[in-house]
Amino acid sequence: MTFKRPTSTGLAAFAVGLLAANAAYAEPVVNKGDNAWMLTSTVLVLLMTIPGLALFYGGLVRSKNMLSVLMQVFYTVCIVVVLWALYGYSLCFTGGNDFLGGLSKAFLSGVTPDSKAATFSVDANISELIYVCFQMTFAAITPALIVGAFAERMKFSAVALFIPLWVTLIYFPIAHMVWYWAGPDAISDAVKAVTAAGSDAAKLAVAKAKLAEVMADGGWIYKKGAIDFAGGTVVHINAGIAGLVGALIVGKRIGYGKDLMAPHSLTMSMIGASLLWVGWFGFNAGSNLEATGGAALAMTNSFVATAAAALSWMFCEWMLKGHPSVLGVISGAVAGLVAVTPAAGYAGPMGAIVLGLIVGVVCLFFVTAVKNALGYDDSLDVFGVHCIGGIIGALGTGILVNPALGGTGIMDYVTGKIADYEFGAQMTSQIWGVCTTLVWSGVGSAILYKVVDVIVGLRVNVESEREGLDLTDHTERAYNM
Amino acid sequence: MKIVMAIIKPFKLEEVRDALTAIGVHGLTVTEVKGYGRQKGHTEIYRGAEYAVSFLPKIKIEVAIASDQVDKTIEAITQAAKTGQIGDGKIFVINLENAVRIRTGEADAAAL
Repeated sequence: MTFKRPTSTGLAAFAVGLLAANAAYAEPVVNKGDNAWMLTSTVLVLLMTIPGLALFYGGLVRSKNMLSVLMQVFYTVCIVVVLWALYGYSLCFTGGNDFLGGLSKAFLSGVTPDSKAATFSVDANISELIYVCFQMTFAAITPALIVGAFAERMKFSAVALFIPLWVTLIYFPIAHMVWYWAGPDAISDAVKAVTAAGSDAAKLAVAKAKLAEVMADGGWIYKKGAIDFAGGTVVHINAGIAGLVGALIVGKRIGYGKDLMAPHSLTMSMIGASLLWVGWFGFNAGSNLEATGGAALAMTNSFVATAAAALSWMFCEWMLKGHPSVLGVISGAVAGLVAVTPAAGYAGPMGAIVLGLIVGVVCLFFVTAVKNALGYDDSLDVFGVHCIGGIIGALGTGILVNPALGGTGIMDYVTGKIADYEFGAQMTSQIWGVCTTLVWSGVGSAILYKVVDVIVGLRVNVESEREGLDLTDHTERAYNM
Repeated sequence: MKIVMAIIKPFKLEEVRDALTAIGVHGLTVTEVKGYGRQKGHTEIYRGAEYAVSFLPKIKIEVAIASDQVDKTIEAITQAAKTGQIGDGKIFVINLENAVRIRTGEADAAAL
């Protein structure tokens, strides 16, 4: 999560010129503790995808399709990791325009072990390569989430083509729009220059223009004021709507609503969900970019919101259906994690508990009543959990960031103080983020599915679907007992 | 020669085996099967999906025996497998044309 200081040579030359006229500002320092935490967080996020998500999803499908799910998730990680290094990082985290970055760091050019990346604090940086890898794991897990929606019937060749297209044309722009900004150091330097210019009209004009330029150097959704700590919009709403669209376009599984399609191993799913929870601390607390109290807050929220959501889903299910279920309790936990993702570093723990209690019930409602009423086959409830949970989280963040409700408030880097909270303005910003993501991802994904359908065809044929994708796509059996 | 095929509740397997051993039957084949008769199934719920599962797990035992042993065998199985509840199972007697012991080539009654 977070952003990079601009390093294009033009800007650097301009800044050098400016600095020469004023006192030199101290080079931000890389703290080994922050680096160590971020290295760890990165690995935790990878664990979330493989094997966390892979097993969570895999256990939910029939055994004849277990390997196809594991394969699609593993492949997604691998292809995205490579594309991220080649051009993804550059497109997300360099300047360019409001909607997409540039290619100045394609092939990670200019990024060395000594390069630094900004955090949320002035004068505190981390090694840029760690930031590259941390964000890489986010880019990997987001498309991996989508495969759950069309599981058990989408061809592997279609997935293989869809994922790189989607991550490039949908994920990179949204990540850039939400998370790209000039960074606290650039803003702070520009503000100091304005102050240092004093009453010198010429210097002041130059300094103010520079400040305006730095403030304009940001993603479109970021500049609308939307806050998203660890990726409620970028990851969950994004993947969730793409999943729903995919499920609708590829169609229902044969026998949906009639045949027994029970999860073949809720044991595996529980293992996967547990790994997701553990890894998610890297996702949320790591998004703080520093090993400070802010990370501890994100960790706390990631504990309590998750637990609250698991309990509210469980008890609600117990009341409505007569029995609490393992699938319910782990689904509730995941829904809680999704909802707390945008709020993790902004909400207070009590607010996070309330968020969890709400999302558990709402997501349960969506994956049961709404899904059955509308009759679509989102196999693993990617929309019901990730999109809906993400929307609740995004809107909830707009409410819970309020210091009056225990939130942290939002830092204004120009004044150097927490900005005044204004409910209407903040909710409007959050809605901008939610709607932009829904439209960009919804429409964009639909187009990509159609393109892939034309090129390789989306769905396996009827016999293959009945036999199982493990044998027909991969010539393997998951279990030879 | 006959094959006595019994569908019984899974937890009764050891009891039935002991009862058969007691009457001198020393070999049998066991298969895990699913089925239903008058016993009702159950409902499984996975998020929004509710399934009425009518097939229940059972054990099928097959014993090849001499025709004059059939009644004794049926009685032994019945005694051991019975609980008095619906779902106790059924026994079928099927005609057996021939039997061969693979190791020695013995046939008919000597193979049993």
